[in-house]
Amino acid sequence: MKLKEKGFGILLTFCIMAVFWILLSGIFDAFHVISGLVCCAIVSIISHDLLVKGKSEKKIVKSLRLLTYIPWELWQIVLANIDVAYRVLHPKMPIDPLIIEFETTLRGEFSLVTLANSITLTPGTITILVDPERGKFLVHAIAKGPADALLVDQTMQRKVAHVFMETAVETEDTST
Amino acid sequence: MVIVHGVVVVLLGAGVFFTLVGSIGLLRFPDFYTRLHATGKCDTLGGGLIILGAIIYHLFQYPETLLVPAKLAFLIFFIFIANPTATHAIMKAAYKTGVKPWRLGEERR
Repeated sequence: MKLKEKGFGILLTFCIMAVFWILLSGIFDAFHVISGLVCCAIVSIISHDLLVKGKSEKKIVKSLRLLTYIPWELWQIVLANIDVAYRVLHPKMPIDPLIIEFETTLRGEFSLVTLANSITLTPGTITILVDPERGKFLVHAIAKGPADALLVDQTMQRKVAHVFMETAVETEDTST
Repeated sequence: MVIVHGVVVVLLGAGVFFTLVGSIGLLRFPDFYTRLHATGKCDTLGGGLIILGAIIYHLFQYPETLLVPAKLAFLIFFIFIANPTATHAIMKAAYKTGVKPWRLGEERR
């Protein structure tokens, strides 16, 4: 079982790197393709555990759910930019920065990274610190509205938890 | 072809607009953290839109070389991952070294 997982990791790493090689080189004669494939094989045998890690259960479902999450995230990025443009160009500059702190029940490495990057890209908030052990986030918000969206609505936490199949999120406001 | 050029111009224009807004925000906002709000977000979408415009232009102008649009698409992908991470790293460094966040009513720095 363990050997099978390892083989899967090596194969996946090899495929991704081979595609990359072909895309970036753009030369399709035998010498270049074969030497590229040999290099990919060596690298994927040595360092496959950097890319594909640990338990591989439900990985396909997770990737599919991630694919449905990305369009929503892109739309949030557009909204974030319109929000920032409004605040920058408004003559009175309607900003009221504050730092908020909340905890999530997310524990997975990848899900925490996704949530942190999503927070940075969505309207009015940037992640400052993440404590992976307790799932604690320290977030700088540019005004009260974006902070409430994160603390009260928790749409994003729920979406990320859904994508990575972790337990639903309960957060609490511990300071302002 | 006219429609394609129109779409490309709109995309490039929007990209330039957001990059410009980011720069204005960098000058107007009162302190370190709020300035990062302006640059961290606007550069991501601005750069992404400009590259998207370049991809569409290249696809219709030189349809025989598909490798270049593919490479550009990878650029967008990496920008969207690297930019928020870098913003977060700068923010964390500032917080750890004790840069005080600006509150409403204080003087700008």
